[in-house]
Amino acid sequence: MSALVEVRDLVKHFPLTRGIVLQRRFGEVKAVDGVSFDIERGETLGIVGETGCGKSTTARLIMRLLESTSGSIKYEGRDITRVKGAELKAIRRDMQMIFQDPYSSLNPRKTVGSIISEPFIIHRVESDKAARKLAVQELMETVGLNPEHYNRFPHEFSGGQRQRIGVARALALKPKLLIADEPVSALDVSIQAQVLNLLRDLQRRFGLTVVFIAHDLSVVRHMCDRVAVMYLGKVVELGGGDALYGAPQHPYTGALLAAVPVPDPARHHTERRLLTGDVPSPANPPKACRFHTRCPKAQERCSVEEPLLRVPEGGRTEVACHFPLTEGELAQMGVRSAG
Amino acid sequence: MSVNVAGALPSSSGDNLEFLEAGGEIAARSPLQLFWRRFRQDRVALASLGFIVLLVIIALAAPLFVKLFGLPGPNVLNPNLTDEFGAPLGPSGGHPFGVDPLGQDVMSRVIYGTRVSLEVGIVGTAISTSIGVTLGVLAGFYRGWVDTIFSRIADVVLSIPLLLLGLGIGAACAVRGCASGLIQPGLGVIIFLIALANWTYVYRIVRGLVLSLREREFVEASRALGASDARIMFREILPNLVAPIIVYSSLLIPQNILFEAALSFLGVGVRPPTASWGQMIAAATPIFNTAWWYMTFPGVALLLTVLAFNLLGDGLQDALNPRYAR
Repeated sequence: MSALVEVRDLVKHFPLTRGIVLQRRFGEVKAVDGVSFDIERGETLGIVGETGCGKSTTARLIMRLLESTSGSIKYEGRDITRVKGAELKAIRRDMQMIFQDPYSSLNPRKTVGSIISEPFIIHRVESDKAARKLAVQELMETVGLNPEHYNRFPHEFSGGQRQRIGVARALALKPKLLIADEPVSALDVSIQAQVLNLLRDLQRRFGLTVVFIAHDLSVVRHMCDRVAVMYLGKVVELGGGDALYGAPQHPYTGALLAAVPVPDPARHHTERRLLTGDVPSPANPPKACRFHTRCPKAQERCSVEEPLLRVPEGGRTEVACHFPLTEGELAQMGVRSAG
Repeated sequence: MSVNVAGALPSSSGDNLEFLEAGGEIAARSPLQLFWRRFRQDRVALASLGFIVLLVIIALAAPLFVKLFGLPGPNVLNPNLTDEFGAPLGPSGGHPFGVDPLGQDVMSRVIYGTRVSLEVGIVGTAISTSIGVTLGVLAGFYRGWVDTIFSRIADVVLSIPLLLLGLGIGAACAVRGCASGLIQPGLGVIIFLIALANWTYVYRIVRGLVLSLREREFVEASRALGASDARIMFREILPNLVAPIIVYSSLLIPQNILFEAALSFLGVGVRPPTASWGQMIAAATPIFNTAWWYMTFPGVALLLTVLAFNLLGDGLQDALNPRYAR
């Protein structure tokens, strides 16, 4: 069976314009610049990267909330890059999204009941009012909310509860693909685990395919089967969670993992090679390998020839790097092959 | 699971009884209930609301009130009520507000004048608000050329001196109306002018709010669910605009009432024999020395009405937006 979603060479450039009446284009932000990956049925794919690397844009492109500049998105073998109208609406039933900010993703003027029943109304399922209410309350119970709170407003709930409301809304139409865009980064650490466990339970129960976007590497490790690491609109490394966390090959992945704080005093003195400098502007990214300006291993070739995403000899992940990290370097960076 | 304290624990014993009577179900407070709890603390706004309700009743049942006070109709001419020099008689038992030079009862005319003022205030505001809200939502939601066109039109309209335009159109449409009878002389002209000019303020406020609301994630969530543009605009965004729209229109009403009074004062608004406060004030100007009551009573009525609407607007503002622009 083919992958549920195939993303090929996906590109999204946001134009930068100047002028009020006569807008002139003077550049573009290359938010996503040639991204390819598959989302297999039933898996959890993690997408990690720093702020502004194009994670959320990629999610919105797959969801068709943004129009891609070029490239293609196939859903169940069908090209959905440009579908419109009723066709698009039909696809929306299969793909749903959980948003980052539980405070802005729920309409403050609507009751929880009407927020969760919105998908039913839009897609004309459960058109009988009583049946709809029953379905909504069932959903509320599924995500761990008290069904009696049907008539409450979002402001009466805590952040974690609000995120559960968002999950219930996303699950209403029984989608196949659920995209979670940093679903826990706005929550307290104590609540994060609850919501993450809920997502995992629901995934098993409904056989969902999940794309999990985060900037917290440990959260992603907890959740995901495979992980894609993005840097400045490109996927720099893609592989199974254990392989990627145990033996990262891209220097960027290595640096990210080395930067994860570890609650272990013995590791306090390990020499870490952390990244220096800021992420370059996506309006004017470095040529060839985008990481070469900050890469400790960069050589002349890196600024001339763009590395392609491939599995190097002896590697376990796909990596876009001319000079993948070696075992010795990993040990030096403090990233252990914990496997 | 956390319990919402404000919703679950009634604040006073009276609430507690209601709470138990309602079967003990934890009732959530809707935004409307929360608004009302805050609004009823505001005595000035409550008094203004009471006064406005009274005005509406007076306007609707004007003939009844005139009869109740034993007054003649507003257009009944009685030459016996002027003295031998033609000067009107002052306030007396039969005519509490006195009479005017034509022998018409001033109180009766003030009561009927309420109709004109409220009609202009409410109908004019309703029309201009609906235009402003519709165009504002469209411009803010679609941005681009839709926004450019509507906003430039609004700029042009805003740059027209309204009173001069009113004088011109009022004079031109005075006799047979304009636009093949679409704009009737008198009230029709005034309401048309208000609709033409005042939508721009509402438009600008609504457009600005929609521009910021459309970027909120709940709009994106709605789109991800497959909601149509119309549904997003009118079911998702519009409910969030109710508070500012109510506040703004309640402040627009007194402005429109004053506009009618000004036009009628200048002689291009409501024409006699229909009673209008502005027109009465104008007619009273030359004889203010001898008949102070003729100007005072319609003037006080106008003042109180405008004041009440303004205070109500302020009260609504405070009650609806405890943390304005959160």
